Amino acid sequence: MPLTRRDLMKRGAAGVAGATALSSGLYVPRAFAQESDLTIAYNVNLPSFDPTVGLSAVNPTIQGIYQSIFDQYIGQEPDLSMRPGILTDWGWNDDRTKIHMTVREGATWHDGSPVTPEDVVWSLERAGNPDTGNPIQFVWGKIGGFSIDGNVVSADVKEFEPTLFKWMAFLTGYVMPKAYYEKVGADGFEAAPVGSGPYKVDRFERNAFLKLSAHEGYWGGAPAFKSVIIKFVPDASSRVAEIDSGKSQVVFDITYEEFDRLKAKSGLKGVTTPISDIAMIFINDIEPMTDKNVRLAASYSIDKQLLIDRLLDGYGVKIDTLQTPEYSAFDPSTVVPYDPEKAVELLKASGFSTDNPVKFKIQTTRGFKPKDHEMIQAIVGMWRKVGIEAEIEVYEIAKHYELRATDTLAPAAFYNWGNSIGDPATSTGFAMFGPSPHSVWDGQEMIDMIGPLWGEPDEEKRIAGYKAVDKKIAEDGLAIPLLQYVQPIVFSDKVEVTPSVSGAVLPYLMKPAG
Amino acid sequence: MTALRAILTRALMTAITLFGVAVIVFVVIRVAPGDPIAMMLPPGASDDDIAHLRALYGLDKSIVQQFFIWLGNVLQGDFGTSISIRQPVSRIVLNRLPATLELSLLAMTIAVLFGGALAFFATRFRETPAETGVDIINGIALSVPDFLWGLALILLLGVAWPVFEISGRISPSLDPQFSTQFYLLESILRLRLDVTLDLLDHMLMPALALALPLAAVIAQLLKVSLKETMNQDYVMLARTKGFSESHVISHDAFRNALLPTLTLTGIQLTFLIGGTVIIERLFSYEGLGNLAIDAVINRDLPLIQGIVLLFAILFVGINLAVDLLYTVLNPRLRHG
Repeated sequence: MPLTRRDLMKRGAAGVAGATALSSGLYVPRAFAQESDLTIAYNVNLPSFDPTVGLSAVNPTIQGIYQSIFDQYIGQEPDLSMRPGILTDWGWNDDRTKIHMTVREGATWHDGSPVTPEDVVWSLERAGNPDTGNPIQFVWGKIGGFSIDGNVVSADVKEFEPTLFKWMAFLTGYVMPKAYYEKVGADGFEAAPVGSGPYKVDRFERNAFLKLSAHEGYWGGAPAFKSVIIKFVPDASSRVAEIDSGKSQVVFDITYEEFDRLKAKSGLKGVTTPISDIAMIFINDIEPMTDKNVRLAASYSIDKQLLIDRLLDGYGVKIDTLQTPEYSAFDPSTVVPYDPEKAVELLKASGFSTDNPVKFKIQTTRGFKPKDHEMIQAIVGMWRKVGIEAEIEVYEIAKHYELRATDTLAPAAFYNWGNSIGDPATSTGFAMFGPSPHSVWDGQEMIDMIGPLWGEPDEEKRIAGYKAVDKKIAEDGLAIPLLQYVQPIVFSDKVEVTPSVSGAVLPYLMKPAG
Repeated sequence: MTALRAILTRALMTAITLFGVAVIVFVVIRVAPGDPIAMMLPPGASDDDIAHLRALYGLDKSIVQQFFIWLGNVLQGDFGTSISIRQPVSRIVLNRLPATLELSLLAMTIAVLFGGALAFFATRFRETPAETGVDIINGIALSVPDFLWGLALILLLGVAWPVFEISGRISPSLDPQFSTQFYLLESILRLRLDVTLDLLDHMLMPALALALPLAAVIAQLLKVSLKETMNQDYVMLARTKGFSESHVISHDAFRNALLPTLTLTGIQLTFLIGGTVIIERLFSYEGLGNLAIDAVINRDLPLIQGIVLLFAILFVGINLAVDLLYTVLNPRLRHG
């Protein structure tokens, strides 16, 4: 029987209908098939695998992925305290001219070869070479002249850096495989990265997912979840949908409203942890902020707890210095009170009032951090009541970096500062030391106070020095610390999640519940 | 000779357009706020460190010098190296382009089928409540932007009635080992039904979100065009021959009504590809759009330039293809 055009169209339509039914009917159950032991919806994409060079090396959000694949020289507990990593022992000699590091025995790369002292030396030398593009080269370049004796690596100290070993648990402080990297080169490494961390890279689809499998020979013990998929889901509403639909078992960095809703759902749990990110307002040493009364009035008139309660649903910790309670230089005795009456008095002393307000600009991002713009709007409202009229300028975070590097920020600028090693040098030090490209207040008194602390060998004296700096900042209103952020994590009740104060979401710290 | 001149003129115009795009993009992204070096500055960086980083990424020269160095390299096929991904830009964008093209073409197919069907239905039942119903559907589809359709689809077909995947392009459990990045096309050609269905599972929601507003535009324009055509003499003749109304629409009116729609659809395709930027982000789809947002966030200047130039080439190519197709389909142009 000849096939007519009408027949062909009918059969074609039937075929399309069949395919549609197949995709929407038969295929549906496969969407729920267990593809891995654990699926995490991450909030960022992973640009590059090499954790020691380029932009992503200094992106705090990506460190959790790097720490799953690579080992750091020195590890970090969830409470930010240091623990052995690839190095089991480390320290200075008495006059701080040499360091010694003992390399762990029994650690292996994902290809099965052992992690050696040569790997550690090569990694440190590469990190200290300015031509490799390591953004933290300014730290790593302070040691050199490495020598190996058995499992102990020694090095000469070219310039004393008190935080050297803390950096070994921080940005770019990762041990890389010398032999493998030299064999495959940078491109080969990106295509098939090899680390010594708890998970091996199985597959990577840029902007989509990273598939990991357990490194069974991991020195810290094999991971509980043998297969992990990290989905890159930068859109917060899509991350909510991921956990809501059961397609991911762990999500984080969602709105607090969604966190409260999701954790109340059957089959889901939630945990919030104060992390090492703080919200603050930089004060620039330009008019009218050169007037101490104005600075202090701006500081005293902000009800931080109200911001936390009303805007962040109570998820936040009020801070009065650039240190959070987990940081080594946290001093609870330094307090900046909420005192709007005092603010009015101070402004009056400088000739300002609600009828004749002091005027300046405050810059902020919108949506870069939770309720950033709303927080500044609320603060501007609080300021208005005491005699401060601030104009809000919204900019992108990239613009903030540019303005800060060129010291051209407005008199006040909102920012979030992360410091997952909790050292005061990497918070107060870099934020308030005039010559640092990240500082905004360039006053000489800060330079004089912080300057000697960079090379201070006595740790107690160094920490005490930073506490004094923080007290001075509070007394003079040189910056306005606002709050410590709280990280919301929602997860399936079949998973046990251990959050980390660093904010890194680590599959290695997760295990099946019960 | 006239045709050759027309082709040469068109080619010259294309080259001028692309050069213009290259200049504008290069200048705009350099004067726009945000310095990539400032974003990667270590806390203790000295002026020397900053200068070293600038030199490392070729940003220490004047904008004019940077432009001509970049243009010279582009003409040799070298689009530079991505600052954030640290791989050749050409490799990165060409790897991601097929994903965006497949998504766009799937969306376009859905839009054409859906819009065409609506127009056909409204014409067949013109001046009845059914036509009003189609107008209402069109109005809704047009008034909601694609990213809101995306969110609505995620809530409806991803969460409430979880039929489709919410994120990605292919399931991590599937490693097709294809020789190209045109996964959908290659899976069909290789008869890998498992991969095809998995891809559709991931692509249908973003494609639908992109397609709905365009489908409404197509439906509206085609409906108007069909209505006009239905009053032409040759259509009346067909009716008098005793053909059914559906037959008359599909066999006699459709082809001539298609021409104005085709031109607009071609232009709309470029908007649709532009729409992939937000939709790909929403659905974590691994295409050029998603990549573009990261490139902008990271102020990855070489990558932004590469992506925008590629988009420009695509747009110019699509417009050229539409012109050619219009010539083929329009007998007056074909024979004149």
